[in-house]
Amino acid sequence: MDVILFLVFAIIAVVCAVNVVVQTHPISSALSLIGVMGSLAVLYLLLGAEFLAMAQIIVYAGAVMVLFVFTIMLLNAGAEAKRGRSLTAQLLGFPLLIAFLALASYFIQRFYPGNATVHFGAFKGGTAQNIGRALFTQYLLPFEVTSILILIAIVGAVVLARKEI
Amino acid sequence: MHQLWLIPALPFAGFLINGILGRRFSKSAVNTIAVGSVLLAFVWALKTVLGLGEDRIFEHYFNWIVAGGLQVGCDFAVDRLTAVMLLVVTGVGSLIHIYSIGYMAHEGGYYRFFAYLNLFMFFMLTLVLAANYLLLFVGWEGVGLCSYLLIGFWFHKKSATNAGNKAFIVNRIGDFGFSLAMLMIVVNFGTLDFARVFQAVTAKPEGVLTTIALLLLVGACGKSAQFPLYVWLPDAMEGPTPVSALIHAATMVTAGVYMVARSFPIYLRAPAALEMVAYIGLFTAAFAATIGLAQNDIKKVFAYSTVSQLGYMFLGAGTGAFSAGIYHLMTHAFFKALLFLGAGSVIHALSGEQDMRNMGGLRKKIPWTFWTLMMAAIAISGVPPFAGFFSKDAILVAAYHHAPWMYWVGVITAGMTAFYVFRAMFLTFFGEYRGHEHPHESPAVMTIPLAVLAVLSVVGGFIGIPVWLERVFPPAEVPEEFWLVAISVAAGLIGISIAYLMYIAKPGLADSISSSLGALYRLVYNKYFVDEIYDAAVVKPLVSGSRTVLWRGVDAGLIDGAVNGVGSTSQGLGGWLKLLQSGNIRSYATWVLFGSVILVVTLSLIGAVR
Amino acid sequence: MSGPPLAWYLILSAVLFALGVAGFLFRKSIITLFMSIELMLNAVNLSFVAFSYQLKQVNGHILAFFVMVVAAAEAAVGLAIILTVFKNRETLNVDQVNSMKY
Repeated sequence: MDVILFLVFAIIAVVCAVNVVVQTHPISSALSLIGVMGSLAVLYLLLGAEFLAMAQIIVYAGAVMVLFVFTIMLLNAGAEAKRGRSLTAQLLGFPLLIAFLALASYFIQRFYPGNATVHFGAFKGGTAQNIGRALFTQYLLPFEVTSILILIAIVGAVVLARKEI
Repeated sequence: MHQLWLIPALPFAGFLINGILGRRFSKSAVNTIAVGSVLLAFVWALKTVLGLGEDRIFEHYFNWIVAGGLQVGCDFAVDRLTAVMLLVVTGVGSLIHIYSIGYMAHEGGYYRFFAYLNLFMFFMLTLVLAANYLLLFVGWEGVGLCSYLLIGFWFHKKSATNAGNKAFIVNRIGDFGFSLAMLMIVVNFGTLDFARVFQAVTAKPEGVLTTIALLLLVGACGKSAQFPLYVWLPDAMEGPTPVSALIHAATMVTAGVYMVARSFPIYLRAPAALEMVAYIGLFTAAFAATIGLAQNDIKKVFAYSTVSQLGYMFLGAGTGAFSAGIYHLMTHAFFKALLFLGAGSVIHALSGEQDMRNMGGLRKKIPWTFWTLMMAAIAISGVPPFAGFFSKDAILVAAYHHAPWMYWVGVITAGMTAFYVFRAMFLTFFGEYRGHEHPHESPAVMTIPLAVLAVLSVVGGFIGIPVWLERVFPPAEVPEEFWLVAISVAAGLIGISIAYLMYIAKPGLADSISSSLGALYRLVYNKYFVDEIYDAAVVKPLVSGSRTVLWRGVDAGLIDGAVNGVGSTSQGLGGWLKLLQSGNIRSYATWVLFGSVILVVTLSLIGAVR
Repeated sequence: MSGPPLAWYLILSAVLFALGVAGFLFRKSIITLFMSIELMLNAVNLSFVAFSYQLKQVNGHILAFFVMVVAAAEAAVGLAIILTVFKNRETLNVDQVNSMKY
């Protein structure tokens, strides 16, 4: 059961990700990205991260992607034109990607022989209560600093988007 | 304390004062300081010598070099050999300083001349007083420097500066040999001190000693103008005549002889080297005498005569008669300085004329000069009882007992010596005046030193140098044989008579002989083309080699090329690297990916990732 | 009842990351570039959570949480910058924003 769930949503995630990369019109890419995030949220649930899954939907899919869509509509971004000009990226990019993938699988293969398996419900530590406790005791400082970071981001975004820049 | 340091320090003080402040002094102030310092040095030297006795005065001033096992101190020492040299240098030196007052009176750079002369005296006295080879070398180099400065005194004349360069460079070749000898001494003896080296000589192998002795001989040949390094001395006549008298007759050129005599323990245990000394001396004596036969410039005649007489001194040393060589050094200083000063007086009287073909009949016009020069000429020809007779005779007798053929060559050379000196005398003072100047006698300040030297040339032979030096050198037991002496005197007289015949009795004879000998005469007149041979064989290849190989090849090509190459390589590299910054974000990202992949691969390969 | 091995989650994360990189390298529009960045961040989040499962600790979740926060802030500011660039250059083609060229 877990395996089937995993496979289904993993395949959805991969297909949507490929779509993000392949589609020409930005709005299609954005919608595919929402699909990716959704399936990732399910995968988080499978891994026992309930709070995180909810946060993913609310923050990422709900806020960030909406922001993206607004911006695309504001800029009236159309479909992309023909081939790009970055020779470096095109020449080196493919081999490097293959190499990167190969390396990653190799290392994963070495360090995680197929013993550890994931069962839904095996990890009960991802509750809001646990996260809250950790966040407000052990990670208090990063929490506070992050709030300031958000403040700065807001101010920056407002300043940057003014008319007379 | 004998305060030996005063002897060189007084002329050095004179040099400093005249050199730094002399420009503002009056002429009389300059020459008082210069002459005074040398006279005081002479007085002090005399006092030291009188209090000498049999032993050796040694004074250590400070440790100059302390490097591992080698210790070289600044030490002065006076023994009987040094005493002879001291008195000759300071005595003849002061006479020449006095003479220069008159000779240089109308020249520019008056204070500079006396400053250089004093500096020379300082270095020469250091050389003579030194108690180790290194301090001697300091004086050696210093007199070479002063010789260069004084030969090129009239530096506006290209020929003078060329002559100064030539003297210094040829001397350098000799100095190289000297330096190598010193290095060998340090390696083999561990010290440069005379006393310690000479004590340890008996224990060293003969090969080592022969090499050291031969290298010292190279140095001596350079400084004392022996074959093949004599070529600088005739050219050095470009300097003012007092310089020629002091440096190139009486003192500096004798430094080589002094050094060989001082190193006699080494030479006595290296007979092959000693033989070489004798051969070189004899050959140079004869060779230079033949060149002197045909010269027309009065100073050149005397220059070749100096080379020849130095050859005699080397012959004396080389046959083991070291005291005879030193004896001749002293008497030669007297009559050769007198010859040069007298020639200077003649030149001064004729307002600069040096070619003997434009002289003649001067004996009535400048009588003092004439009579004093005549004394010197008789002395150098070896006529008894004048000074030259005793010393030259001592050398020839020693030569006979060493190898008879050397004696005969020496006798013939003595004949030639008498001939060319009297040729010069007859051409200059007898016959009709062939020039256009108005000869006038020199002032007293010049003629009095001439007179003093003339007296010394006459009676100087009676200063018993061989007796004085008896304890210094091992005795060379040579029985006096009357017929040897008679033959050498006869050779001198024959030379004088031939000169008389050719230049007084039958004036046309000289020209007819020279034209009938044609090519031979031209060869001798052109000094056997030795300078030209050196130029073609040594100088030109060296200069062109330096120009093409060392300058263009190594300096411009290799070194500059390397430096410029670094710069251009950096530029090229930069030119390549800047292509990375294309302004394109995607290529930046590609490079980041590239770097990270490489990093991971490297880390895993070196095992950092377990 | 066995579940999928943990390694599969990590492989999925790697694949998603690689796809994000591919999108970054091969697309011309700035907005698409940004979305590829978000994709990469998500892939990393997935691997954080997977490790947190393996170690049975909650720290991975916290880290993923912070990544999300920062990504949100970054998205806001980044999109504002894109707006400014668009106003100045009138183009969304990233190759034409290259005045930092040597």
